[in-house]
Amino acid sequence: MKTLNRRDFGVDFGLTLAAAILLPITTARADDTNMEVHIDNFVFQPPELTIKVGTTVTWTNRDDIPHTVVSAGKFRSKTLDTDDKFSFTFTNAGDYKYFCSLHPHMTGMIKVE
Amino acid sequence: MSGHHHGEDGVSRRKVLECMTWAGTGVLWTITGGVPRSLGIIDSAEAATAAAAGMTFLQISDSHVGFDKPANPNALGTLEEAINKINAMPVKPSFMIHTGDITHLSKAAEFDNADRIISQSKLDVHYVPGEHDFLDEEVKFYRERYGRGTKGAGWYSFDAGGVHFVGLVNVVDLKGGGLGNLGAEQLAWLEDDLRGKSKSTPVVLFAHIPLWTVYPEWGWGTEDGGRALEYVKGFGSVTVLNGHIHQVMQKVEGNVTFHTARSTAFPQPAPGTAASPGPMKVEDAKLRTMLGVASINFKQNEQRLAIIDTPLQG
Repeated sequence: MKTLNRRDFGVDFGLTLAAAILLPITTARADDTNMEVHIDNFVFQPPELTIKVGTTVTWTNRDDIPHTVVSAGKFRSKTLDTDDKFSFTFTNAGDYKYFCSLHPHMTGMIKVE
Repeated sequence: MSGHHHGEDGVSRRKVLECMTWAGTGVLWTITGGVPRSLGIIDSAEAATAAAAGMTFLQISDSHVGFDKPANPNALGTLEEAINKINAMPVKPSFMIHTGDITHLSKAAEFDNADRIISQSKLDVHYVPGEHDFLDEEVKFYRERYGRGTKGAGWYSFDAGGVHFVGLVNVVDLKGGGLGNLGAEQLAWLEDDLRGKSKSTPVVLFAHIPLWTVYPEWGWGTEDGGRALEYVKGFGSVTVLNGHIHQVMQKVEGNVTFHTARSTAFPQPAPGTAASPGPMKVEDAKLRTMLGVASINFKQNEQRLAIIDTPLQG
């Protein structure tokens, strides 16, 4: 009995663990179609993002200074004032380098697989 | 009105210079058309004030009209304080230059408000744009207001008091990962503009972003600024003025003096002392010591312009 109990407990524990690990993965997958980039202190965060085709990326400017998000020939936001957002859905695979046209030392990259 | 003024009085130039030595500050000179001109002997107190002035012009910068964040919720108010200070100056400057970021978001109302306050100085104002003045979708507000008689995105030159002034634009066509940019067309124009000018003509270049490399990590520099500086290399006196970094910074390199003016809106941190070049929040009591204007003074017999920075307070 004792052995069985231990085994039962072991199985139960294993299942709980598996569920606990599966849950966040499932949640992350659901979010994959919507990704966020923040602008803080004149930096795109994260500076590089790998996403799947069909994903929409939303940039939010959290600085007190306006910024833009520009990828030459691909997409171009309006000027984003504090807390303004810009979204773009990536429908083709490839590397999308982008920058802020007001502060060109600010650069970022979206890798679409 | 120049050297022959003394000829008419039957006083040789040499004699006038002797008089000046004797009279100390009693003879007041100013510079007209590049030629020193005597204004006659006046009482010494008045002369001291006026001589200290010489050919005087003012620089204001980075008004950021429309900015309303905690670093300074009233940028229009501090611009007005700066203009009131200018109006109270004992010697009226000849004119004013504005080195860009007149507005914060290039909105029509922001340009209107800036105009309403700045025009209270009743001075001619020569503008160059900052990146914040080119944010409207069609990039037309700045050009419609200040672009008359300018080339390209708004560059031009003019002469005043024997000094050749060149307003440059380094806030368009910026490339990812790069700094400020003048571009080939503007550089070719600049080279042409300076060609044939006497090397003894003092030259003042002014632009929004520093033409010299202040701190590339924060984009504080101009990619092709060195090309512009090559064209002025042979001149005896070159002064380069800019805004953009909201703090006083100076450098002398050969015959070139670089100078950055304060903002009238909000301070920015010294290079590398903060996470970003964004607006610096300081105690209310300290804010006005970090905002202000610069007056630039061209004196005879001096190669360099004297630059006096005046904070709004302190």
